[in-house]
Amino acid sequence: MINRIRAYSIAIAGFLLGSAGTALAQGSKVVARYHRYWLPDQATAIAGKVDDMFNLILWITSVVFVLVAVVLVYFLIRYRARPGGKAIFYHGNTRLEIIWTVIPALIVIALGFLSKDLWSQIKQQFPAENDALVIDVRPRQFQWDIRYAGADGKFNTPDDITTINQLHVPAGKNVLIKLTAQDVIHSFFVPEFRVKQDAVPGMVTKTWFNVPKPGHFEIACAELCGLGHYRMRGYLTVDTQADFDAWYSKQQSEKAAQLAPPPVAPAAPTGGSTTDSALIPPKGDTATHGTVTGDSAGAKKTDTATGK
Amino acid sequence: MESTAQVLERPHATEEHHGHAHPQLSFLEKYVFSLDHKVIGIQFMFSSLFFLLVGGWLALLVRWQLGFPGQAIPWYLAGFLVPESIASASVIQPNTYNTLFTMHATFMVFFAIMPMMIGLFGNFLIPLQIGARDMAFPVLNMLSFWLSVPAGLLMLASFFVEGGPASAGWTSYAPLSAVADFTGVGVGQNLWGISLLVLGVSSIMGAINYITTIINMRAPGMTMFRMPLPTWAIFITAILLLLAIPVLSAAIGLLLMDRTLHTSFFIPAGLTVTGNPLAGHTGGGQPLLWQHLFWFFGHPEVYIMILPAMGITSEILAVFARKPIFGYRAMIFSISAIAFLGWIVWGHHMFQSGMNPVLGTTFMISTMVIAVPSAIKVFNWLGTLWGGQIQFTVPMLNALAFVSMFTIGGLSGIFMASTPVDSFIHDTYFIVGHIHYVLFGGSLFAGFAGITFWFPKMFGRMMNPTIGKIHFWLTFIFFNCTFFPMHILGIAGHMRRIFDPNEYPHLAHLQPINTFITVSALLLGFTQLIFIANLFISLRTGKRAGNNPWRSNTLEWTVPSPTGHGNFEVVPTVYHGPYEYSSPMTDEDFLPQDQPVDPERMKLAQGMGHH
Ligand SMILES: [Cu+2]
Ligand SMILES: [Cu+2]
Repeated sequence: MINRIRAYSIAIAGFLLGSAGTALAQGSKVVARYHRYWLPDQATAIAGKVDDMFNLILWITSVVFVLVAVVLVYFLIRYRARPGGKAIFYHGNTRLEIIWTVIPALIVIALGFLSKDLWSQIKQQFPAENDALVIDVRPRQFQWDIRYAGADGKFNTPDDITTINQLHVPAGKNVLIKLTAQDVIHSFFVPEFRVKQDAVPGMVTKTWFNVPKPGHFEIACAELCGLGHYRMRGYLTVDTQADFDAWYSKQQSEKAAQLAPPPVAPAAPTGGSTTDSALIPPKGDTATHGTVTGDSAGAKKTDTATGK
Repeated sequence: MESTAQVLERPHATEEHHGHAHPQLSFLEKYVFSLDHKVIGIQFMFSSLFFLLVGGWLALLVRWQLGFPGQAIPWYLAGFLVPESIASASVIQPNTYNTLFTMHATFMVFFAIMPMMIGLFGNFLIPLQIGARDMAFPVLNMLSFWLSVPAGLLMLASFFVEGGPASAGWTSYAPLSAVADFTGVGVGQNLWGISLLVLGVSSIMGAINYITTIINMRAPGMTMFRMPLPTWAIFITAILLLLAIPVLSAAIGLLLMDRTLHTSFFIPAGLTVTGNPLAGHTGGGQPLLWQHLFWFFGHPEVYIMILPAMGITSEILAVFARKPIFGYRAMIFSISAIAFLGWIVWGHHMFQSGMNPVLGTTFMISTMVIAVPSAIKVFNWLGTLWGGQIQFTVPMLNALAFVSMFTIGGLSGIFMASTPVDSFIHDTYFIVGHIHYVLFGGSLFAGFAGITFWFPKMFGRMMNPTIGKIHFWLTFIFFNCTFFPMHILGIAGHMRRIFDPNEYPHLAHLQPINTFITVSALLLGFTQLIFIANLFISLRTGKRAGNNPWRSNTLEWTVPSPTGHGNFEVVPTVYHGPYEYSSPMTDEDFLPQDQPVDPERMKLAQGMGHH
């Protein structure tokens, strides 16, 4: 009797746990609508695709878990020790071993291949630079230094527009972010885009997005970067093209006003690595390519091994 | 099965008697600087439990800040023990917070789980299970323990130096960890490195000893494929240790040089510190180099912490299902497959690091594939339970918890193996939930299972089963309440390692989950005191165990509990595999490995149960 009670309580505990997986898939979605304890909004097409992949894996793993849990709990009840009972004497079954090796292998390899294309859309198929707004983002402890090319369309020239923690982009346009950290590793993370990209000192990494609708988002630093890591937050404003243009020209005229009185000579010496190619390894066979770090443009020239 | 052939011929070495007499050992020789593998194992047990408490305490402080941000540490978390330098007026500060989770993970990984899985079970079990009198190198074994002590003391000492202990995460990503100005931690981070270098030497000594002992000192008849699975698992683990630890040590050596000799292995040129150029480093280094080295060690490390747990679980499931382990060889092959594949998956920690995305795809596929041998193990454990006579003892309950919790931890790993999904959940609480399902739900439950299972052999007394069951059920419930919701946090975009999630409006609404987790974690933490109490109470008052309280087959149960120095009066001869439970060749439901079978009966039984 005690055995039976014990077995049933184990069964119930196991069942609750087993249901957790499916409940998670369905229940949470319903609950989430009201309490938002689930995936954040999807702001880009990529976010939707990442969520599809996430949900596919959630379904597969939930089904597997429920199957395992149900079998486990059933065995625990069915084969609990009984007085005078004798266990079967059985060492295994090669056929079963092959089945439960091959099926999981096929599933996970399929998941790998399904993930592959999406991964390449996120991290390899960047928009062409002439078809995108290119923004140079250089995080440091504990802020995001953001730089637009300005009127001349070139980076690291006096008319560059710089902001701190304020990233403005137009809706419906490809945005290409070039990241390089000034001190330690940071990570550019916008939860609504489902995309994260580390910013590493000494090398340039890239991430891109295209947000169809205007909105306000937060840029979170996702890589531990020191004691202010938790408050290293940026603001991303997605405007209509018109609003963005207005903001941009306002920034430009402010910059022009700053530059107008005594013309400040650019600190940068002329040369290959101080133009807009400073952040990107130049195409072709240029022997050295450099990274300009910090605001002292051109002061430091370093070899970058970008791993790309 | 190979047992058939061996039964008829009696191996020759059986009659070799226990030659050397033991002179009276002083207290120091017997309990402190002991050469006896069992005593050394027990020493590792107590040191690992001590650091489990330290690491757990730090975790609860981390949770306190997340559950009740900005509130003073309550008396029951011993706020008075927290140095003023890291918590002014008992309120946790941002730099303290980074220190707390860094040291929590460091203690748990290197000073609690590893010594428990390898130091305790490796030392205690290997000679007993293979029928050896001791380890191959007893002095090396003693040194291995006594090097881990200064390593632990150095790590603890870092709490009392200026600037406090390391705060760059247990993964110590450079350049954050490579330049003191980036964290404000000077000596503390150096002590972190030096401590792990010393501990690395200790681990390598242990690994060499285990491998040598298993290869050379098995009793007659103890073929490799008759070895119990815990010994097999620790054997493979020792090989991983021997190959992985030197890589960590080398990486730490380079890091310490960057920190103290101003080399630039991990430091590129042109860095700034709060806007000013970083002085003293010429640059030319690569931050990603650290990550490659660290994870080349770090991923095998995960298996170093889980393979012994798998071996322990296999043993205990067979014993309390009273059945042969299902697929003994499949178990060994899958452990070996995990150990091999474990070397080519490290890049899955670096998908978002800036590593070439093509490489990311490659590491994704290898990572997906490594899920397969783990799945094989789960299915074989289920197969072991099928048709058994399952006894719900305390070790069995904990081993069953391992099976179910490890299943969750394994399945949640598939999410982050998928590169695009990882792009979202990387560095979120989803990962924190996952790793705790593997290391607490996995390793630690197996640790509880193993300690309660072999406690009678260590001390000659049973652990109190009632207290054991209370501890188990409370742990099981609070464990899930603590770590399951972390997945939800991660799915909602909650980054890990942030001092105050309320900084971010998109996380503020998650505070109720954080508070719930913290309350559960506090209950989970204090439940562990029940285990410690049970251990000490049972040392004095536990029921006398006898040689073989669980009616188990392996050789450690053929000798007295506790076992004397030298283990075996007569080196045993082994006649069959370790899991011949409920065999038709005997009237009992178990068949000790050193017990020959009547050849007549064997003939009758031929064909039954063998495939
Ligand atoms: Cu940061
Ligand atoms: Cu890994």
